[in-house]
Amino acid sequence: MPTPLLEVRDLHRTFDQQVAIDCLNLTIQPGEILGLLGANGAGKSTAMGSILGMIKPTSGSIRVFGMDPYHDRIKVLRRLNSSSAYSDLPANLLVWQNLYVFAQIYHVKHAKRKIDELLELFEITHLRKRVTGHLSAGESTRLHLCKALINDPELLLLDEPTASLDPDIADKVRKIVRRIQQERNIGILYTSHNMRDVEEVCDRVVFMHRGKVVTEGTPSEIVARFQQTSMEDVFIRIVRDGVIEDAQPTPSTPVL
Amino acid sequence: MSIRVVYAFVLRYLFLYSRNYVRLVELFFWPIMELLVWGSLSVFLNHKADGEVPQFVSWLLGGVILWDILFRAQQGVAISFLEDVWTKNLHNVFVAPVRPVEYLTAGILVGILRTLVAVTVLVILAAVNFNFNLFQMEWSLVPCFISLLLFGWCLGMFSSALIMRWGQAAEVLAWAVPFLIQPAAAVFYPLSTLPAWAQVIGKCLPCTYVFEAMRGVLDHQPLNWNGLWISFGLNAVWLAAAGLCYAWVLESGRRRGTLTRVTSN
Repeated sequence: MPTPLLEVRDLHRTFDQQVAIDCLNLTIQPGEILGLLGANGAGKSTAMGSILGMIKPTSGSIRVFGMDPYHDRIKVLRRLNSSSAYSDLPANLLVWQNLYVFAQIYHVKHAKRKIDELLELFEITHLRKRVTGHLSAGESTRLHLCKALINDPELLLLDEPTASLDPDIADKVRKIVRRIQQERNIGILYTSHNMRDVEEVCDRVVFMHRGKVVTEGTPSEIVARFQQTSMEDVFIRIVRDGVIEDAQPTPSTPVL
Repeated sequence: MSIRVVYAFVLRYLFLYSRNYVRLVELFFWPIMELLVWGSLSVFLNHKADGEVPQFVSWLLGGVILWDILFRAQQGVAISFLEDVWTKNLHNVFVAPVRPVEYLTAGILVGILRTLVAVTVLVILAAVNFNFNLFQMEWSLVPCFISLLLFGWCLGMFSSALIMRWGQAAEVLAWAVPFLIQPAAAVFYPLSTLPAWAQVIGKCLPCTYVFEAMRGVLDHQPLNWNGLWISFGLNAVWLAAAGLCYAWVLESGRRRGTLTRVTSN
């Protein structure tokens, strides 16, 4: 088995004695899309922040490409990239200018060619000279994904990439994510509140609730385990009931 | 340190200013207003004093222009950081392979550009409207300029650290930081006119020695190198303190998890 792109072991993080993450374990292999699910406050963003080196774990270890993202920050960040629904790119700059700036930050060779290639991939070549602040939500999401792929990352962290998108654009984004994963064999950590996303895109899912992993497996395994008809029903059950005692774990995918 | 990363951030500001004329107006508007108000007032008072204080205009206009050097240098670092807060781009910056020193260096370079542009306009306006030539300070201007730039960067780093620690709520402090020290910095009057307790504060500020030296030179006295050496020494201490403060707030933000709150605000 190849070295995992991401390996999180027994991760704990507390804020003022409040537990945000309690014993999180994750691995992502090349070419795998792992969904990190949970309601607001489940600990997903803290996990993402820790992997990106923005939050120091209270205990446990994180290895990205075999390195500590907190201490080997620059080396790690050169090889990964991320996109978050909660960040923007400078609104006054043109689309190509924003991408060109990030191409320089990531030391991209042949930056202009790379930008053209990405704009074409996401079908937004016509927006090249558009002011970033004038883009629609769907166009903006695709620009963020262009930025996230500017350095050909080996590991990609996507935080709710389809938030606030209409079903048509959300479907296009899902297809693009699948396509780049297959074509480039990159690992992707994917968070979403849209269970359709998860079922369509993720190979495996880790479900968090109040900082703990409550279940993990493929979407179909989890649906079967909880005796529900969809991931959305599983999500509602876990979040509303807050219990997992009656879920029947399978030996290969333990419920923690 | 990667030159390419520094270039990326400087380029971003050039893109920004080339596309945003309102920002260019901001660069000139306040210093020009200040120059016109102080210049006109000093000409009026000089006239009333019947020329008894012949250096009145020079002291005030020299103070206005040199103060602007310090202020623009501070703004270069602080506004560069605020720009990312305003545009919600800070998250993208902090999760990119960018070292704090690269980010700060870009802010410093942007600050130098802003300073040169604004001060050039002020020097020309002062010469045309008030017959004041800053270059009468000759080569004395160079160490004064450098010392003010250095202290401006210190204040910029402190301002950025404040925002990083307390988020956008501290933005108003970032703007206010230079003006908090202005009364004690003897910009427009000699240090000796201040109350004793304020003089103590003034003596701890590198810029105070520059303004004192400026008045001396404009009064046709030799440049007070002793004062300027103290100024550079104090700058070294302030720069070290500002750098440590910036690094400590950044590290503490990661440890406490507050950095993600600032970046997602």
